[in-house]
Amino acid sequence: MNPTIKNPLTYSRVLFFSLTMCAVLLLVAAFSLLLGTAEISPSQIMGLFSRNLPVDDSARLIIFQIRLPRIILAGFVGFSLSLGGVVFQAILRNPLADPFILGVSSGSAFGAVLGIVFGLSFSLGIPVMSFVGALLTIYLLMTIGARKMGMESSTILLTGVVINAFFGAIIMFFISIATDSTLHSMLYWLYGDLSQSRYSQLVFVAPILIVASIFLYSFSRHLNIMTAGDETALQLGVEVETIKRICLLLVSLIIGLVVAFSGLIGFVGLMVPHLARMAFGSDHRLLFPMASLGGASFLIAADTLARTIISPNELPVGVITAFLGAPFFICLLRRKGSQWSRS
Amino acid sequence: MEPILTLRNVGFKYGEIEALKGIDLQVSPGEILGILGPNGSGKSTLLKILDGILRPQEGDILIKGIPLGGLKRTHVAREIAMVSQENYFRFSFSALEVVLMGRFPHLKRLQFEGKKDMEVALEALRATHTLELAGRSIHELSGGERQRVYIARALAQEPKIILLDEPTSFLDIAHQVQILELIVRLNRELGLTVLMVLHDLNLASEYCTRMILLHNGSIAKKGRPEEVITYQNIEEVYKTVVVVKENPLSGKPCVFLVTEDEMKKAGKGSAL
Repeated sequence: MNPTIKNPLTYSRVLFFSLTMCAVLLLVAAFSLLLGTAEISPSQIMGLFSRNLPVDDSARLIIFQIRLPRIILAGFVGFSLSLGGVVFQAILRNPLADPFILGVSSGSAFGAVLGIVFGLSFSLGIPVMSFVGALLTIYLLMTIGARKMGMESSTILLTGVVINAFFGAIIMFFISIATDSTLHSMLYWLYGDLSQSRYSQLVFVAPILIVASIFLYSFSRHLNIMTAGDETALQLGVEVETIKRICLLLVSLIIGLVVAFSGLIGFVGLMVPHLARMAFGSDHRLLFPMASLGGASFLIAADTLARTIISPNELPVGVITAFLGAPFFICLLRRKGSQWSRS
Repeated sequence: MEPILTLRNVGFKYGEIEALKGIDLQVSPGEILGILGPNGSGKSTLLKILDGILRPQEGDILIKGIPLGGLKRTHVAREIAMVSQENYFRFSFSALEVVLMGRFPHLKRLQFEGKKDMEVALEALRATHTLELAGRSIHELSGGERQRVYIARALAQEPKIILLDEPTSFLDIAHQVQILELIVRLNRELGLTVLMVLHDLNLASEYCTRMILLHNGSIAKKGRPEEVITYQNIEEVYKTVVVVKENPLSGKPCVFLVTEDEMKKAGKGSAL
């Protein structure tokens, strides 16, 4: 055996990078916990955990009831959107695919808005509607956008744009007939809002997210091969159609969930997977943990910016991600456009 | 010898359009079978049917006596590897990563490639003279290099049969010969059974032990190169006038084109 050529990917390599990324995530989260309109010092926060130091109740309230759940939700949402972006990019073989651009997010939002109109509860009814909305969008994408033209073509992105516009119009319709009291929160939610995070939601989302991620991760090698096309994948022994269906179902589930709780946050699923691929390569066994943990860190940082930049007021976090993401998208399109239009 | 592949009365339709009909074929282990025929005669369709990617509406395909349709994809991929033309990686993978993908049918769901897989992959890279490309991105390679890497990936599957769809298209003459010499070497050293679609009749004549000539979805002729490549057969199937002579070195038939001008001259000559 040639000693200079090493196995490009081993368990230990994946573990090492994942743990490093976890450390980054914790660091970002800890930093975010410190920042906010109310000034709370690191020693006060340490006091909350050690019980020996005296802490006033308002600090406890701010840390545990406002900042912490919000940070965790931001982490979950960033994690899910990036995971969704990776899966869409692999299955559609299109590096510009992401839940927001493809209209899956707005499909979920449409489901959720419908749920609000029907007066369903935020704990179960609305997330379910949101999931159904995501599934419906993916079904539309696959039947209209992908069937005849082949998935690599830009048709699927255009279909996403159309779906986005359509659901956007319906959502605007509901907003325009909404009463004043719900209008502000609805609009905020539409641009991505993490401030309404509740522990009850987090407990609901966490197990689903964990199970879906493990399932998706177990298809890493399948997805690697599927990026070379359906036929190649079949030749190598991948049951392409089954894998595709399971992956898209799981992704609709997690996107539906996070959209119901956070609204429309764009471009995370585009930027983070792209950067992760540049840094760690295209193998999904490493890309999945890097992109999802990186996405969590990124959205926590973005949300921290959103709630501190015009303090004491706040921006919807979707404004921050779109502000960064739209130019990023255009750069990608300009730089690699010719390469990606090849099918 | 018991055939490794058997096709019995195989027929395939794309919707209403009949692509293949009544294909009967037996392939023995260790053969290099050339699949020839004009554009649209069903060559690539036949290859896809042999790999189970397309399911024929009629007839049976047996691998070592077992019906292909009943096998799992991973099982098929351990028996048959395909080097097709439709290979385009959307994202960047190194040549080694691409070759390791050939180990897919041998691994369990969550298993990573281990020592043995690395050995098989490196051996495949060595056999195709692509070891020095191992770390390069598949996107940076030239057409000939990429083709050899895809052949290496097929070898990493450790198949008994290898199918190649026009392995020499888009390659210059040096690379064409290089690829076909490689295929012959693999056939001799590893005992691989080779089925390949070739456009170039002369290349097919030199390198195949046996060939089939497809015409409108049926086998028009089959046999050794000297039985199939005759001017009568070529003119009948390709509707083109050619001259077939023996290659002075190998003794295999060699096809020469006849231009319009030459035909006029010949026509006048015969009239006189």
